[in-house]
Amino acid sequence: MTLMKSLLAASALIALTAGAAQAKTLVYCSEASPSHFDPGPQTGGNDFDSSSQTMYNRLVQFTPGSTAVEPALAESWDISEDGKEYTFHLRPGVKFHTQPYFTPTRDLNADDVIFSFERQYKEDNPYFAYLPNLSWDYYQGMDMPRYVTSIEKVDDRTVKFILSEPNAPMLANLAMDFASIVSKEYADQLQAAGTPELFSTQPVGTGPFQFVDYQLDSAIRYAAFPDYWGGKQPIDDLIFAITTDATVRAQRLLAGECDIMPYPAPADIATLQANENLTVIEQEGLNIGYMSYNVTEAPFDNVDVRKALSMAVDKQAIIDAVYEGQGQVAKNLIPPTMWSYDDAIPADTYDPEAAKALLEEAGVSGLTVDLWAPPVSRPYMPNGQRVAEMIQADWAAIGVTANIVTYEWTEYRERGKEPDRSGPFLIGWTGDNGDPDNFFATLFSCSAIGVSNYSSWCNDDFEAAIQSAKTVSDEAERTALYTTAQEIFKAEEPALNIAHSKVFMPMNKRVQNFVLSPLGTHSFVGVDVAE
Amino acid sequence: MLSYILRKLALIVPTFIGISICAFAFVRLLPGDPILAMAGEHGVTPERYEILREQFGFNVPIWQQYFNYLGQVLTGDFGTSIATKRPVLTEFLTLFPATVELSFFALVFAIVLGIPAGIFAAVKRGSWFDQITMGVALTGYSMPIFWWGLLLIIFFSNGLGWTPVSGRIALNFFFRPITGFMTIDSLLYGNWAAFVSSLRYLILPSIVLGTIPLAVIARQTRSAMLEVLGEDYVRTARAKGLSALRVVNVHALRNALIPVVTTIGLQVGLLVAGAILTETIFSWPGIGKWMIDSIFRRDYAVVQSGLLLIALIVMVVNLIVDVLYAVINPRIRVQ
Repeated sequence: MTLMKSLLAASALIALTAGAAQAKTLVYCSEASPSHFDPGPQTGGNDFDSSSQTMYNRLVQFTPGSTAVEPALAESWDISEDGKEYTFHLRPGVKFHTQPYFTPTRDLNADDVIFSFERQYKEDNPYFAYLPNLSWDYYQGMDMPRYVTSIEKVDDRTVKFILSEPNAPMLANLAMDFASIVSKEYADQLQAAGTPELFSTQPVGTGPFQFVDYQLDSAIRYAAFPDYWGGKQPIDDLIFAITTDATVRAQRLLAGECDIMPYPAPADIATLQANENLTVIEQEGLNIGYMSYNVTEAPFDNVDVRKALSMAVDKQAIIDAVYEGQGQVAKNLIPPTMWSYDDAIPADTYDPEAAKALLEEAGVSGLTVDLWAPPVSRPYMPNGQRVAEMIQADWAAIGVTANIVTYEWTEYRERGKEPDRSGPFLIGWTGDNGDPDNFFATLFSCSAIGVSNYSSWCNDDFEAAIQSAKTVSDEAERTALYTTAQEIFKAEEPALNIAHSKVFMPMNKRVQNFVLSPLGTHSFVGVDVAE
Repeated sequence: MLSYILRKLALIVPTFIGISICAFAFVRLLPGDPILAMAGEHGVTPERYEILREQFGFNVPIWQQYFNYLGQVLTGDFGTSIATKRPVLTEFLTLFPATVELSFFALVFAIVLGIPAGIFAAVKRGSWFDQITMGVALTGYSMPIFWWGLLLIIFFSNGLGWTPVSGRIALNFFFRPITGFMTIDSLLYGNWAAFVSSLRYLILPSIVLGTIPLAVIARQTRSAMLEVLGEDYVRTARAKGLSALRVVNVHALRNALIPVVTTIGLQVGLLVAGAILTETIFSWPGIGKWMIDSIFRRDYAVVQSGLLLIALIVMVVNLIVDVLYAVINPRIRVQ
């Protein structure tokens, strides 16, 4: 009987798809399977692409193609004088998706916003631990518990965030994927039915696309949400065809099995660019590949030694050989596309002779160091081993012997954080929210020592600048403070900034209006396909 | 016969315990830590690391973790995936039919081509056919699966456009699984076009996965046939004036097939191993790809239970082969 029922249901489904033969479909060859569809606890870029970017919205959002913040579910907001109260005015008439498993009876309101955040930190919230071993990594990672004291409902369409202290990146944090707004009404319905875990597999959001089906490890299907507050999308159906191998993704794109794909293998880019049916768009990535000196260990506690070693590295040669030209030499920690980038900082000079002299001046000779090379390919450093080998050769020219060491990836970072780590450490970072704080404070603040400050560098002046930049909300003032921070960084050289890499997105020429986000997420809002 | 089966069954228990220890220890011997793997470049504070360790149950001694795990498994609870938060058994059962379907077609491909090739090579021993077949078989046996798969994709899918690149069925076909076998489900829904599509998607992965078993079966058939063809009863059959076809097909082949059946049974373990690579290349949503993804994520729960479930299935298949073997060859039973 059940078999008969599902047969009937399925034939209806097939009839439905067959009837919609005229529907515009976009197939995206995604790079990995999603963990589930609840953006709050997710951490992977592919997770966000398949949940928050397609099915959900935030109070505010990043302007497509930029890191500027613009209104989304909140039409407008006020920030109090002291920077400790953020009041958001919600957009009227925002609908949640109607699904076979949920029919919303009301529009988005303040309760949904409060629920979306409280579930991430209030342990008595029924959804705080609604899945086994659940952790809210981004909420924790962005330091939200430290700043958010409470979230209050002023009226149905007004919600107020009370902070313990001013925190300028707060608005950018609220545009991040983990801050997606979910439906409290739906959560309550599942809770009452005793099946809260379905919240992560049968999603309901306010976003441009609504969930249709997920075949485990194979394909995710979405349909354009007709009542989307931003208007119905130009395409009708969106399919994520999960294809983990980068070369196979490229083959599928070439064969027309998908329309667009992320993360091509560097070796395939030239072939894809040469194909007349394809376009490859590219963008400066919001990232940095760098080499951290451990400033607490001799001889790297001497700034002249650090500068001498940096001066001996031919960064352009690394860009040409390892990034295959798909990157640019970095002089600052933040990439040039980010506001507050200080272009007045002079570029590092490659000068082995001067480096040699500086080392001699510092009284260092016959130096032998460990040079740490990451074992994996990352967007900011496609081949860490090769980078290490090139630096090793550069240093040999000034009489410094480098022994390359490496470990399995998690082990590598764990050992790299140890305060007595010996030797320079190759690592990098991809920005989360486009705020300079996300680079400076995350990577080089005093409190990040032992977490993600691989230089164990704690400089009072630098710390003062980046901490004050957190508390003022005026962008010009913040820019001035970050300019100071970049000057101190350059003078102290806790790390050698090596490269910012480019991000590529190959697609079929029939795909129109796709905008690559500097934040690395992939959104199909506004994308159309030519007939 | 019953005591033979019971003896074989009794052997499964210690094997199962041994494998559970191996599976459990194996993932923990891998360098890397699931909590740090999840944290990525963000890192995690020592306090939060401790909280998470406790949450995942990694804070108790390792032997205690093992016994906790074994206790769960014996009550049918294979744990919950660290990454997806879904029960491991549910994921396994969802993905397993895809692997079975692919392995089945790979094995059919290997048998249908391997046995006739082996017979022919044995009958025409030393001929150019024999030499070429055995040369190709040796090459097939040594073929790196990943490279072979990509080569076929580039040639047949993109060069000639004959076969799809990867996936299980064309994306315009979409129905809820009933059995989980795409070929069967499409027929159950009466959708002929979907059935044809699912077969087209099976071609390349079946060839890639079936290549090594094909080589093994062809070589095994040839050597078994050669042995049998030298027996007295074959000479007698020939002397009686039977046709060459009848001698080979009726008198020789039936006896030669006994070791071949065993070989085919043993291929099941190899197929699972091969499926890991094949499924990754062809984006085939089966347990091989699932295991690889989980190893990269250090998803202990999936890796250890996945290994255990796969081992359990291989053991059961081997048991069935043993029993079949005893049915075919009565001498085995009395040993």
